Amino acid sequence: MTTDVSGLTRVRADRVRGIAVGLRHLRGPLLPILHAVQRDLGYIDAVDVPVIADVLNLSVAEVHGVVTFYHDFRRGPGGRVMVRVCRAEACQAVGAEALAEHATRRLGVGFGGTTADAAVTLEETFCLGNCALGPSVQVDERVHGRVSPARLDALLAEAGR
Amino acid sequence: MTGPVRVFVPRDSAARSVGADAVAERIRAVAGREVEVVRTGSRGMLWLEPLVEVATPAGRVGYGPVAPEDVDGLVAAGLLDGRGESLGLVEDLAWMRRQQRVTFARVGVVDPRSAADFEAHGGCAGLRAALAKSPAEVVEEVVESGLRGRGGAGFPTGVKWRTVLGAAADVKFVCCNADEGDSGTFADRMLIEGDPFTLIEGMTIAAYAVGAREGYVYVRSEYPDAVVALEAAIALARERGWLGERVLGSDLAFDLHVRVGAGAYICGEETAMLESLEGKRGMVRAKPPIPALAGLFGRPTVVNNVLSLASVPAILADGAAAYAALGTGRSRGTSVFQLGGNVARGGIVETPFGITLGELVNDLGGGTASGRPVRAMQVGGPLGAYVPVSQFDLPMDYEAFAEAGAMLGHGGVVVFDDTVDMAAMARFAFSFCAKESCGKCTPCRVGSVRGVETIDRIRAGVDREKNLVLLDELCELMTDGSLCAMGGLTPMPVRSAVRYFDEDFEGAS
Ligand SMILES: Cc1cc2nc3c(=O)[nH]c(=O)nc-3n(C[C@H](O)[C@H](O)[C@H](O)COP(=O)(O)O)c2cc1C
Ligand code: SF4
Ligand code: FES
Repeated sequence: MTTDVSGLTRVRADRVRGIAVGLRHLRGPLLPILHAVQRDLGYIDAVDVPVIADVLNLSVAEVHGVVTFYHDFRRGPGGRVMVRVCRAEACQAVGAEALAEHATRRLGVGFGGTTADAAVTLEETFCLGNCALGPSVQVDERVHGRVSPARLDALLAEAGR
Repeated sequence: MTGPVRVFVPRDSAARSVGADAVAERIRAVAGREVEVVRTGSRGMLWLEPLVEVATPAGRVGYGPVAPEDVDGLVAAGLLDGRGESLGLVEDLAWMRRQQRVTFARVGVVDPRSAADFEAHGGCAGLRAALAKSPAEVVEEVVESGLRGRGGAGFPTGVKWRTVLGAAADVKFVCCNADEGDSGTFADRMLIEGDPFTLIEGMTIAAYAVGAREGYVYVRSEYPDAVVALEAAIALARERGWLGERVLGSDLAFDLHVRVGAGAYICGEETAMLESLEGKRGMVRAKPPIPALAGLFGRPTVVNNVLSLASVPAILADGAAAYAALGTGRSRGTSVFQLGGNVARGGIVETPFGITLGELVNDLGGGTASGRPVRAMQVGGPLGAYVPVSQFDLPMDYEAFAEAGAMLGHGGVVVFDDTVDMAAMARFAFSFCAKESCGKCTPCRVGSVRGVETIDRIRAGVDREKNLVLLDELCELMTDGSLCAMGGLTPMPVRSAVRYFDEDFEGAS
């Protein structure tokens, strides 16, 4: 089986361009475009940057600068499930650091890492707005409260780990 | 009684985080008769979540916390008729009676996806009252109410609006800061999820008052449920003519858009937020010019916190005097405090300013969740001071806190028990600043990294005295030399930790 790399790149570039063209009428369209690219394609690839820059008439450096400034934007593929452990003060007050340690040990990756089977990307986050029911963990878009290590294991099991 | 029984189960993401969706589903499944399950916001009694309420002729009867597996038994015991082991009438619960809900009056009560419910509970009254006045009169009403910004700095909202009204420009904007990055705060989120129309109403009043046609709400990406709730409400508001070319049939044209942040704490700082809205890196701008004169895309812009804007409809509906009659000193009206961390009864407490920290944490909060003694409270987010229990008597009031070397900030109170290591918390303050600094100025960018190293040395027992002096100098440098409060206030948690909990800085234990 051969993969037509340049073909795939072209397909991706077309999709990115389509997203950018579809949103460029907004005021301050760059963040909405980057969110949309990441939602549809999983991450912002280096090859996406000149495409977006071209559509918005910005320099490549400007777009690159924005992508790298914000914690949310991934520059490579992540796992199938995103697990974010809150490590801010209110969750620390109820054991977030022990939970964070448990998570890294259980998954065998550090924060920012993805498990070898690409099931889970583990990230740290600072407050999910669930500070009265910590420790809090976000699995994809859903927040879970009062997450004990055992509860985290159950959530990870649901995520295929 | 006629019609289906009305059962209320919060859709608030905190309630969902402990199983509210499964509870709602189970109630529908086992009711055995016609029920209408209304997904409300949360009342803010978060330790009782999932809190189920049932409409009865006497009022709404509460049950909580309800686990999904409790539902069958509760329904069998008569939950749908308000019978069985309940909490009683929710409005009569001590926690609710202690409060005075103005900004949060409808949160937890109404269906946030229903414009009709909003109107039936007094919605739009403030906007109607505003449209009957001149823009300048609206501004003066807000000035007279004494409302100060709830985002942290406490600047008088009406005075800010007066500046924007007075600025001549082709285009003006109203921007709502819903970045709510502070740990221990969740009131913005709960208001948006539980009563989004009130925020829309407040922003529309602001637009009328200053002459803006376009508004933006900058919501942090950590709040996907809030984004969905707000977008749904905006769509309904447009359908109803509450937004659009002729708001409520008047000459006012105003429309509103949601923008989602991308995980950067500094974008809560208003000028960084404006940069981000413009599609740039969230770098803090030097002031002047102030955003009121040169804000979004260089145009005069109102930037206000969610709670500031959401307090405006009640002020217009009931008059500035009624709002100003509440509170203490120069802190007028009510404030929405948030109890979090290691606290037995965490959640939302809306009361007039002036309630003491101890009343909040002990009377309402019930002390720690762990049952151990309270040792420290961090008030006002990651840039706020750590306060010892000897200051339980401190009234929640901007000036009283400032005098005590602390700040109210966005009203978050995070409780710690006696197992907390305050040197570790001071270290965290620096490392958070190092992570989230926008990098524009050296005292913040470099100072925070130095701070982490210095505390590490103190904790390791290396040259303790010398390093404590160094730490103090570093704090001084950051306080004096930082462009914004990120670098400028990080010393506040650090210094308060050293001052009140110096035994934790003894080193090598
Ligand atoms: C580092 C930093 C973070 C901030 N984060 C927020 C925030 O998340 N939400 C907010 O409303 N204000 C935040 N502020 C305060 C804003 O700069 C600004 O004062 C506020 O949005 C003005 O609205 P208000 O007058 O209604 O409070 C932050 C300030 C700083 C320095
Ligand atoms: S104090 Fe920190 S966050 Fe604020 S402008 Fe300076 S570098 Fe940026
Ligand atoms: S501190 Fe963890 S959810 Fe707020």
